[in-house]
This record gives sequence, structure tokens and C-alpha cells, in this order.
Amino acid sequence: MTRFLTAAALAALALFAMAPVASAMTIEKIVSPSGIEAWLVREHAVPLVALNAFHGGSAQDEADKAGTANLAGDLLDEGAGDLDGDTFHKRLENHAIEFGFQVTRDYFRGSLRTLNEHRDEAFELLRLALSSPRFDADAVERVRGQVLASLRRDSTNPSSIASRRWWETAFSGHPYGRESSGTLETVPRITADDMRDYVRRAFARNGLTISIVGDIDATTAGALIDRAFAGLPAKGDLKPIASASPRGMGRLIVINLDVPQAVVTFGGQGLARHDPDFMAGYIVNHILGGGTFSSRLYREVREKRGLAYGVSENLAWFRRTAVVLGGTATRADRTGEALAIVESETKRMAENGPTAEELAAAKSYLKGAYALSLDSSAKIAAQLTQIQLDNLGIDYIQRRGAMIDGVGIEDAKRVAKRLFSGGMLVTVAGRPKGLTSTPE
Amino acid sequence: MLSTAGVAVLAAALATPSLAAEPAGAPVADFTLANGLELVVIPDHRAPVVTHMIWYKVGAADETPGKSGLAHFLEHLMFKGTAKHPAGVFSQAVAHVGGQENAFTSSDYTAFYQRVPSEQLKTVMEFEADRMTGLQLTDQVVLPERNVILEEENMRIENNPRARLGIQIDAALFLNHPYGKPVIGWRHEMEELSRDDAIGFYRRFYAPNDAVVVIAGDVAPEEALKFAQDTYGKVVRHGNILPRQRPQEPPPVAVRSLTLADPRVEQPLLQRDYLVPSFRTAKRGQSEALEVLAHILGTGSNSRLYRALVVDKRVAVSAVTWYDSSALDMSKFEVSVAPRQGIALPQLEADADGVLAELIAKGVSAEELERAKSRLIADAVYARDNQVSMARWYGAALTTGASVNDVRRWPERIGAVTAEDVQDAARQWLDKRRSVTGYLIKDVSPQAEKKS
Repeated sequence: MTRFLTAAALAALALFAMAPVASAMTIEKIVSPSGIEAWLVREHAVPLVALNAFHGGSAQDEADKAGTANLAGDLLDEGAGDLDGDTFHKRLENHAIEFGFQVTRDYFRGSLRTLNEHRDEAFELLRLALSSPRFDADAVERVRGQVLASLRRDSTNPSSIASRRWWETAFSGHPYGRESSGTLETVPRITADDMRDYVRRAFARNGLTISIVGDIDATTAGALIDRAFAGLPAKGDLKPIASASPRGMGRLIVINLDVPQAVVTFGGQGLARHDPDFMAGYIVNHILGGGTFSSRLYREVREKRGLAYGVSENLAWFRRTAVVLGGTATRADRTGEALAIVESETKRMAENGPTAEELAAAKSYLKGAYALSLDSSAKIAAQLTQIQLDNLGIDYIQRRGAMIDGVGIEDAKRVAKRLFSGGMLVTVAGRPKGLTSTPE
Repeated sequence: MLSTAGVAVLAAALATPSLAAEPAGAPVADFTLANGLELVVIPDHRAPVVTHMIWYKVGAADETPGKSGLAHFLEHLMFKGTAKHPAGVFSQAVAHVGGQENAFTSSDYTAFYQRVPSEQLKTVMEFEADRMTGLQLTDQVVLPERNVILEEENMRIENNPRARLGIQIDAALFLNHPYGKPVIGWRHEMEELSRDDAIGFYRRFYAPNDAVVVIAGDVAPEEALKFAQDTYGKVVRHGNILPRQRPQEPPPVAVRSLTLADPRVEQPLLQRDYLVPSFRTAKRGQSEALEVLAHILGTGSNSRLYRALVVDKRVAVSAVTWYDSSALDMSKFEVSVAPRQGIALPQLEADADGVLAELIAKGVSAEELERAKSRLIADAVYARDNQVSMARWYGAALTTGASVNDVRRWPERIGAVTAEDVQDAARQWLDKRRSVTGYLIKDVSPQAEKKS
């Protein structure tokens, strides 16, 4: 076994010396005539993909109107400017243009996919959607009904119950404690004016990130960017969001629900994206709970004992906090056993860190895996956007391999201790045998 | 495990693959090895990455009665190692190069895939060829894995009322065909599946002449063929792979309906499935007409059902239709509508029936037809951006009776559909006697709290 691992590791090193990840890809930083910056990758594939992101996601929502940004996003293609929703949808579909709008706690993200011959139409429709959404009363009520239907479904779904409770507890009183989609109580309160106010505050040129991948030159791309975005206000008007750390470490919360399988969310303090220990933390988390079929948690919970179909843990970072967050789903009579394994494996990782072999394997994996996240126009655009939002620099793709290689075993052990010593907040939805909530 | 016999390659495999002109797409190559294994290569050189899939022409519909879930259970057990590569070695090799892997099972096929840097293609092919015949299983690995699939059943089905409804509808729709069984299995049968069941199923179906390898990504077709000959080409042909002949459906004659009450339902649902032809069982053009019909009727905000039920009458929050042409035997055409609060399901059903009746009576407009066709054809263009989408499209088609040429010509086939074809398809197939209508409602009975 050891011999095999060594051989494979050597092969991987040779491979990347010959073929650095996505070396063929060139990212151009372009500036439109009106001064809007974007990253462009010229790719002679047929579809054109353009992503944009504004600062200011659902954390901007008022507490009693949680879900405002999300509802606004769902309504952007339901009528804008002179076009009612029906006409807008037909113009999109007649040209096979796809729009997507998604709200996270920190950002409002838009995506556009079009055939090259319809790109002018696509950017014109995007301009209308961003600068003059109508929020017509009938459309608002229809889409609100859809959001509420989805919230009602979630209200008995064990995964969403466990996850919502985790966030509410860890970030009690902070905007991050709320889900972007809001709640059954808050969504009915949102008005068209609330949404107009959000759009006015968030859709601005100063918080704008743009990534374009397609068969298009810088001049043409610049003109399209100006078409869609130049008319937006120069500056947004966002509320400041306070920094926060997750609370409730050491607590177990059981939410009773009649389901045969208990669903568990667990997690604690993570690492900020610009923390000098981030990469080491990323690697040790991968060893504990990441990857497909390779992590310690996967081996102990699924492979050896068959306690769950899946178990995983990830780093998640935000502008004002960072967490490590995991989940699993197990039969009710063995939930306690599965949780005990998660806790003991986390503790073992905190105390001893990974082995040198595990560290080498994880580094090899993480370097190689990057190419797989850059093998389509849609994925390249998503990576460019993430790199811009995280402020990592246009040469990050080239530097990333060396950053991973720079993590030594002592770094890994030190950061494992830092990351996994703080205890966890655990929420369980179901009827887990023998488990009860700990007192607050 | 691997045999050195049977390495001779048919002349056909060495011949230049047929490279029919495609509208703006890279040519797809198609080979057959001497041992019967089919190889399809979809070149995409944008990134130094390949997606390698092996598709076996066996699925849940090929299980022996009483052994439901076996095809999917074996899919899980395929990761438990061979004599040459003990458990975990293949997965570690994939992980070491930063690769991804997984597998999936349907009623008609079982597929395994790896996504790796292109230089690793031959290595994963060697591993995959080895486990085509070399799997070794002990109770020590089989029994915990059986618990895993039971938890998967809990996660996918028991914890999800909509999935429970779908399973009941399938069971009522297929009177005789094994498509009526859930792919994951019936729980009481899954609990009894054994090592011997799995090995027996494996020896019956896993063979080069029962498999299609699909490779999408950064490799030249001739190079992929050479790798395939050096790896899969050495596996001996199975002497007795029988054609898949499942019990077929009698003509449907009764309008069927069912109600599933679950205490966790907070958003009711109306779902109807019609028994309709797949691409393989359809007469020429029928399956394509059904695809266009599904788009016009219930795909997106411009569709008939959405406009009528969600926008105009405001009785629904969503309305969607779905049709999958890739089934070896008959397929399903599905309509699902979620009511607005306070709207009773029988009223919603009557409104939905009104939309269907109008389409059957008056047909579709030229504008609707063109919009649907151009949107569907654009989907084929968009799919080319993603190796996995392309490989899955070809793999599913080739394991359900279609050819590479059929897939390649899909945009052309869709383009040929006329308004009359769509109306005929609606008239012929959207007949309630061909269908099961399911209501998903909240269980408010006093015992509901006790059940789970």
C-alpha cells in the first residue's frame, strides 16, 4: 500500500511539472470605455458566459423582512422597463438566452448564457433587468407564492431544519443567522418598495465584479459591459455588517421530527480567506471531511460502519465571518454513535494533526483537482468571479500550486489544532435515540 | 484475471471512425473492440482533463423478482476492490491526481466514472477494466455497505414525501414491466440482499460485450482506441449475454388515481404520469414530438401550463412537464403541478386537464413551435460546454437502444417536428387511460403523529 502511494505521488509530481494547471488559459483584465473593469477569457467555444456579482446580499435585509434580496432576484426577469413579464420571458426564450440570479449572505450574483449571435439582445435584457425592474404587483404576488411554497416544503424537511437551526443559533441576532430566502413570517411583509430600495442600494458600479468567457474580443466585451452596467449608480449605499464568530460551541440541539433518519449539521469557527493559515486549514479539513471517498470521516462513518450514505465537512468563508460546517444523515438508533465518531475524529485531528502521507496525498489531490474546476466556460467564469470576490489577484491560478506546496507538516498540525480545538455546535432534526438537547 | 486472449482487433475498429459532419461540433468517434466493447470518444481539448465513463447495459429492470435494489447495491460494491487492486486503491489513485469519481444506476444502466487529468486516462481505464471481472467481495464489506444503501433509501425516499409519491405512481403505472420497482429497491428486499446475490448479478452482466465506454475530453480518438485495446480489449468476451427482454406492458385501459397522505406535507402536489414510447420503442418522429410537446406544455415561464395555471388562473405555484426519451422499453411523460394555498387538488386537476384538452383540440401555434425547437436545439449547443453532460447524454442513449448517429442527429430530428406532429402526440399519448394521477396531501389523521 505504502509503495503504491509513493509511486502515485511521484507520478503526480511529474505530471504537473509537465502540464501546469490550465496553463493555456489567459485571463485578460479589461476596462470598458466607461471605466468598468472585468476579467475576460477568450474561449472559442460557442456559448458566451458572463457572470456579475454585486456586494450586499441577504445580510442587507431588515430582520423583519428577511428574504427581500432573494425575492428581488427572483423578480428581475418578471418584467423590466417597457417589457412586461410575459414579453421579457419570450424575448429570453426566443433567443435561447439564460438568466440566473442568486442571492447569498454577502453577494447578489447574476449569470447570463447566450449564443454569440444573440449577445447584444442578452446584454440589453440584462441592462433592463438590473436598472429598471418593474416589480409589478401580480408578478410580486406570484413569485412570493412560489417562495412561500418552497419555504413550506422546507418547514418539514430535516436537512433544512437542522441547517437553519445551526445558523440561527451560531449567529443569533446577526444578519448571518438568517437564511437568504427568509421565513414564512417575513416574506409576506416584503413590499415592492423594499425591493426597489435594495436594488438601489446594492446594484452599483463600485461593488461590481464581472467575468466573461467566450469568443469575444476586449473591445466588443467592453461595449457590452457598458450597455448593461454603465447606467448604474457609481456608488452603492450598503449597511455595514459587523464581524461575528459562531457561538454555541459544545451545544447539542435536537429538533423533534417524525422521520426515520436523523439529519445532523455540525460546525464551528473557520478561517478567514485571507488568514495566513487558510491554505493549511483547507488541506487539513480536506483530510478530515473533504473529497469524494477519501476522508477520515467518510472512512469511519460510512465505509467501516455503514452508518450514513454521506458525511462531509467544508470550510465556508464570508466577508464578516468564517465557519467550518459539516453534515450527515443516519438512522435514528445510531445517530449518537455517528456523532461520537465525528467528535472523536475531530479531536484526534486537533491533537495529532494529519500524517505526512495524508498531507502529501491531500496536496496532490487539491493541486490536481483545480484543473477539473476549469474545464468548461461556465466553471472558468465561476472561478474568475470567486477569485475576484476573494481578492486573490489575477495570477492566483498560477500561484495556487506553490501555496499548497508551501504547507509543511508542522503548519498542518498547528492549524489542525487551531481549527478543530474549539468544539462544535451540533443540530439534529429527527428522533435520534438517546440524544437530548443540552441546556443553553 | 485479465486474459491475453482476444486481443485481435476487428478491421472495423481500425477503420477511420465515421465522422459525420456536425453543425459546429467536434466529431464524435465510435469504435467497437473485438470483444464487443463499444467505445465513444467526444473530443474537447479546451482543458487538459478527461471524463471517462463505463456504462453497463444492466439496471434495476434486469433484477430477478424479489431482489429489488440489487443493481444499485452492486454499483456500491464495485468500489470494494479486486485481487489486483484491494479496496480503496482505485479511489486513492483517483484522489492522488485530484480526480473525481462516482457512479449511478437507473432502471436500464449502471455507470461508473472518473474525471482526471488527461495523462491519467489509461491508468483509470486499466483499473476499470480490472474491476469489470475482478471484483472480490466478503461479508465484511458487503454488510456495512447494505446499511449504507438502507440509509440512502431513508435519505432519498423516506425523508422525502415527493419521492414517496413518485414511487407509488410508478408502481401503479407499470402493471407488468419491472420499471414499476424503485431503482433503490423495496426496503424489505434490500434488507435481505447478500454477497452471493451481488456476485451472481455481477457475473451475469458485467462484461465487455455488455458495456459502452464514453470518453469526453482532451484525448484523440485513435489514442483512446489504443488505450482501450490495451486495457478493456484484454477482457474476455462473455459467452452468454442474453438480449434484455423484460415483461412488457399490456395496453393500458383504466384511468388510475392514488393519494399519498404524509404528515410532513406542507405543500401538496398533483403529479400525473402517462405511459408513452421512448426513442427506442417509438415510431419515427414520435419521441421527438413528445420532447417538443413537453417543452411547449410545461418547460419554463412561457409554457402552456405555467401561463394558464400559475399566471392567468393563479391556482398553482408551479407547473412542469418532463419526458425522457432514453428508456429501453416504454417511458413516462410526467406533469406535476403544485397548488396555491387553498386550492383543492381536484380543482387543480380539472384546470390542468382543461389546458391539455385545449392543446389536443387546437394544437400549437407556429410561434410556440419555433420557440420550443430553437430552445431545445440550443440546449444541445450549451451541453457541449460540459464533458459530463456530453458523456451522460451519449451513455444514456447508447445503453437504451440509440446509436451515436441518433444522438448526433438529435438537433436535426427535433428541427423536423411539425405542429401537426405535436398535436398528434398529445392526442395519442395524453389519454387519461394511459395514466396514473397522484395526489400528495398532508396526513391529518390522529395516528399520523405516530407514523413515520
